[in-house]
Amino acid sequence: MKIKDDNYMKWFRLIAFVVILVSTVACLFPFLLIISASLTQNEAIIRDGYNLIPTVFSLEGYATVFRFPKQVLQAYGVTTLTTVIGTTLGLFLMTMAGYVLQRKDFKYRNFFSFMIYFTTLFGGGLVPWYILMTKYLKLTDTMTVLIFPGLMTPFLIILMKNFIRSAVPDEVIESAKIDGANDFTIYSRIVLQLSMPGIATVGLFLALHYWNDWFTSSLFINDTSKYQLQYYLYNVINAMSFVAQMGAGTGVSLGSDMPTESTKMAMSIIVTGPILFLYPFVQRYFVKGLTIGAVKG
Amino acid sequence: MQRKNGLWKELVTNRLLFLMLLPTLLFFIINSYTPMVGVYYAFTRFDFNTSLFNSQFVGLENFKFLWKSGVLVKLTLNTIGYNAVFILLGNVLAIALAILLSELKTQWFKKLTQSIMFLPYFVSFVILSVIVYNVFNYESGFLNTLLEKLGAEPVDVYNTPWIWIFLIIIFYLWKNLGYSMVIYLATITGISEEYYEAAKIDGANIFQRIWYITVPMLKTTFVMLLLFALGSIMKGQFDLFYQLVGNNGMLYNTTDILDTYVYRSLKVTFDIGMSTAAGLYQSLFGFVLIMTVNYIIKKINDEYALF
Repeated sequence: MKIKDDNYMKWFRLIAFVVILVSTVACLFPFLLIISASLTQNEAIIRDGYNLIPTVFSLEGYATVFRFPKQVLQAYGVTTLTTVIGTTLGLFLMTMAGYVLQRKDFKYRNFFSFMIYFTTLFGGGLVPWYILMTKYLKLTDTMTVLIFPGLMTPFLIILMKNFIRSAVPDEVIESAKIDGANDFTIYSRIVLQLSMPGIATVGLFLALHYWNDWFTSSLFINDTSKYQLQYYLYNVINAMSFVAQMGAGTGVSLGSDMPTESTKMAMSIIVTGPILFLYPFVQRYFVKGLTIGAVKG
Repeated sequence: MQRKNGLWKELVTNRLLFLMLLPTLLFFIINSYTPMVGVYYAFTRFDFNTSLFNSQFVGLENFKFLWKSGVLVKLTLNTIGYNAVFILLGNVLAIALAILLSELKTQWFKKLTQSIMFLPYFVSFVILSVIVYNVFNYESGFLNTLLEKLGAEPVDVYNTPWIWIFLIIIFYLWKNLGYSMVIYLATITGISEEYYEAAKIDGANIFQRIWYITVPMLKTTFVMLLLFALGSIMKGQFDLFYQLVGNNGMLYNTTDILDTYVYRSLKVTFDIGMSTAAGLYQSLFGFVLIMTVNYIIKKINDEYALF
């Protein structure tokens, strides 16, 4: 019996190892393809197609992006600013809301919780929201519109509420109250300190949303100097494809001095760079936070 | 009068708590509740220069058009169909991967592979569209380059609608499997070793241990995630569909969902009445669906109910 199980185990481990390895490679493969293409000479891409290893090594893609760095840097600036402000403000508001909504002596907490939750069940839809933002609040081409809609989501508030409930015992709040601390002091001195892992997780969700947002720009921003980074990339890609197609269609080599393919890939790397760079440091907070959320959820 | 006094008293005693919650409430009132008034646009012919309630009332005309042109049925089927596959396949595969990963013993390998599989979740959908273009474009894509080397005919993926059903599902999984896997892995790590030890002593082999211990233990997480996902089955993965397909009309039949249709009607054709109608239909249909599902769950097992 014992031998048979060990035998099973050996085979099982081997299969598990192979499946996990294949999935990992499949997840990594697209990244390698883009990195490789960004380092390949444009003509070589057009001639030989995309390859895993650059056929002719060249940095011309990156050089082209930074030949006119103003717009890229501007988009970088907009995205960095919205990410920092949005994440900070969103975290501040959501930790407060989460704290209030889990206070058992707060009489209307269920009513307000449901008021927030209800927005996930029913909504006016995209168009009325769009008209409210543009026609009535006149937020077209403002930084406000890039920050405001992403500040909070019901899901993150519920997550925050659960985190705080599990991290801060009721007795701690009670005794602080007896010592004469008011509700805001309790929040800022005790609750924030104790729920750091939760704050890190929610903060990462928020930051990721702001960094990867292209949708808000596509709806509300006409002024190219206010494009978020992802939307700027989106436009560059479409413009490059247009140039390439025009060149191919008319026979006139419009884009001959414009390395369209390698530039697109270089842009993608530049846009994703900060995430790839920060990922090893932040992903364990993500895993940790989600683990708490899943267990307590 | 009694009620009002209660509210007033509560406002005074917990004024700081109210004040701390106020910005959040204002946010949802402005961002979510005010637009609900605007669903009236669905019953009007929109004119940018007149205000909402002065617009010309047309009754159900917009809905009738959507219904008669057959768009609504197609969009509904696509939206629900894709989401159902996403939910089922996504969860089942995530569970399978989590179980396999949890059985491996080399710690650094586990950590490394888990990190890499979680990585696509962090990448924007614009980048995803670059990746898809990179692999599948006709002239120089990786796939056709490979096929050429093997002496096969190149495939024109961007003009072949049926392929996109699979591509969209594959890239959904590529982006989201790591995330759900981490959640399931957390649940598995939480299972006490004692169960497995006891089962081993009783002579259960690895497959029996997985089937009779791990899988049942994951059931709660699975049902919770499943029901949570069912709640948003009418809301598609807009970013995914729009970034992969864009405004490529060739592919609409197999890839258009309610969200992309509404977005396009707003951005491209600026048909406010029609797109509000489609959006309202989506909201209402989703609402009824959630209520029904929640009602049924409550009947079967109260613990799992959403609210």
